[in-house]
Parts: sequence; structure tokens; C-alpha cells
Amino acid sequence: MHRFANPARFLRIAKPLTPWLLWLGIALTLGACLWGVFFTPTERLMGDTVKIIFVHVPAAWLGMGGWTGIAIASIVQLVWRHPLAGVSARAIAVPGATFAAICLITGSIWGRPTWGTWWVWDGRLTSMLVLFFLYLGYIALSNASSEKGDTSRVAAVFGIIGAVNIPIINRSVIWWESQHQKASITLGGSSIDQAYLVPLFVSVAGFSLLFSALVLMRMRTALAEMRIEVRMRRMADY
Amino acid sequence: MKPKHQRLLLAVIAVFALIGAGLIAAAALREEASYFYTPTTLASANVAPGKAIRLGGMVQKGSIVRAADGVSITFTVQDKDRSQKVAYRGITPDLFVEGSGVVADGRLGPDRVFVADSLLAKHDENYVPKELADIDMTSAEHTKDTLSK
Repeated sequence: MHRFANPARFLRIAKPLTPWLLWLGIALTLGACLWGVFFTPTERLMGDTVKIIFVHVPAAWLGMGGWTGIAIASIVQLVWRHPLAGVSARAIAVPGATFAAICLITGSIWGRPTWGTWWVWDGRLTSMLVLFFLYLGYIALSNASSEKGDTSRVAAVFGIIGAVNIPIINRSVIWWESQHQKASITLGGSSIDQAYLVPLFVSVAGFSLLFSALVLMRMRTALAEMRIEVRMRRMADY
Repeated sequence: MKPKHQRLLLAVIAVFALIGAGLIAAAALREEASYFYTPTTLASANVAPGKAIRLGGMVQKGSIVRAADGVSITFTVQDKDRSQKVAYRGITPDLFVEGSGVVADGRLGPDRVFVADSLLAKHDENYVPKELADIDMTSAEHTKDTLSK
């Protein structure tokens, strides 16, 4: 862990890794979506609408996984003061918010034909919307303090506190009666037929690789910007 | 104790405090944050007739009765233990079929029949290809017809 916290070593590994993650991610995502849309059977009740699952579920997973990553990186930043932890947390925020938004939008499009409504204020939908707003708050907070040059500790504390929402999203359909159905994929197994489950896993893998590539790119950009700032300061001193 | 360990201890305490606070809040919301009553919770909740509430559950098989006017229906919503009669006038959602979930907005009438203003279908967590569906063909065909329209 400590070995990779060195920015120079990180950059040496991240640079060749990024294109691999990116292109493999794009290939898997495209493949899974084409497979899902054209080569899976229609569902017994929902018909072809079920195919939104191949975008909706990966987006939900990455929206929630993204914040979990922010929380872990924030703890590492506060406790061990690793220089890369804060950078990685901030790099996750925008892709995480994007996927949370994609999850809400695709869910809404799915809800209209199946449930008969674009939106209801049940536990699952509301807590997911809260996650999206938390992302916006985190982005605003970490940008507001970036002028000081140091990665913000306030944002890190916000990242940890916001993580309370993640188990709430996960448990919302079990604790409370809700419009959203209960979890299909649990540790105990899956109630999704194999015909949908296999392309769904490929899609989740593809989107996750894409997400990792985006985070690495954003981290490298942030490190490059820091380096520019240091150099500008040094030049200003002369 | 090194400062690093002090910070670690502080972080661990903070995380546990947060989890505790979250669990307490969730437990407090347990009743209030449910999106609808089930027939069982409705029976024990003592809701006054005329008060706007939501009722959810499964549409009992064989319970949908369509009136002669074509838009009025009655059906029974059930959960594990109890059932509740519902009257509705209007267009039903595509996924409103017997044996499937439903969430109804409305109120209890004086005769304890739930009068629904709107119906939302509720899909369960099972995703089954149409060819493999082991539900009776009448409801499956009904869904296909309404979805293809």
C-alpha cells in the first residue's frame, strides 16, 4: 500500500495501465450492451423493457461503489496522510456522480412502462437521489478548498459522513415497503435468469473498467496540474 | 502513541459512531418510511376511513372482477397473512396482472373496501424469460397483448 502511495511510482504504473483499462472497458461494455439488447429473450412480464438492466445495474453499482471508494480514500487521507488518497477521492467524485445520475435516469425510464410512473418517493429512489446530491455537495466542497493547493480535509470528513447513506440505499428495500423490488442478486444467489445474468456481469465488469480508467485519467490530470502549480510558484519567486 | 495511531483511533471511533447513528435513525424510521401499508399492517394500524394512504401487496389470483362498464374493477390485495378488497375505476397499468404486485393510492371507504384513485404495478425481483415463464398462459398472454399495443 505504502509502495503505491508514491506519486512518481503511481504515475509510472498508471500511464501504461490506463489505455488497457479504457479499451478493454469500452469493448466489454459495448459487447455486453449489444448482447443484452439484441440477443437476450423478452421477459415474461416486462417484455423488452428489461434490457435497461444492462445499464441501470452497473450504473447503480458504480454510483454506490464510487462513494465507498471516496470514503475509504478519505479515511486513508486523514489517518495515514498519503498524498495520493485525497487525489483519488476527488478523482472518483465526478464519474461517481455521473453514474448515480445515469442510474436515476435509466430507472425513471424503466419505471414508466413497468410501474406506470416516472418517479415515486419510496425509500430506494429517495436514498439514491440523496446519494446524487451528496456527490454534488462533495464536488462543490472539494473544489472550493482546492485554491489552497492542499487536498481538503473538510471534503474528506464529508466523504466519510456521506458513506452512511450507502448501507441505507442497500437496505432500503428490506427495511421499508417500497415501490422498488427487493435485491435480485444477493450473497445467497440470484433470482435473475442466466440468459440475463451473464451479459449483466459482463456489462458490470466493462463499466467498472471504464470507471477505473476515468479515475486514473483524472488522477493523472490532477497530479499534472499540481506539478504545474508548483513550477509556476517557483517561477514567480524568481 | 504516535500521532498516526491517534488519528487511526479517532477515525475508527468516528466510523463506529456514524454507523450507530445511522442504525438508530433507520430504526426510528422503520414504520414511517414505508411507502405503503400491506393488508397486515393496515389491519393493525387503525387508519381512519377517508384518510389518504397507499396499499401494496399481491393481486390475489382469480380476484379481478371487471364491471359491465369496462373501467370499474374490484380485486383483492393480499400478503402472507391477510387480504384487503380494493375497488378501482380507470385504466390499469400494463403489468397489473393476477399474482403480481400492485401499489394503490386511495382511501378506506366506510365499508372497509379500499377505494383506489391510482394503481402502480410492482415488479418482483425475479427476471424470467417469457419462454420459461411457468405462470398460467392467460395472464402471460394478457401481458403480451397489452405490451405490444
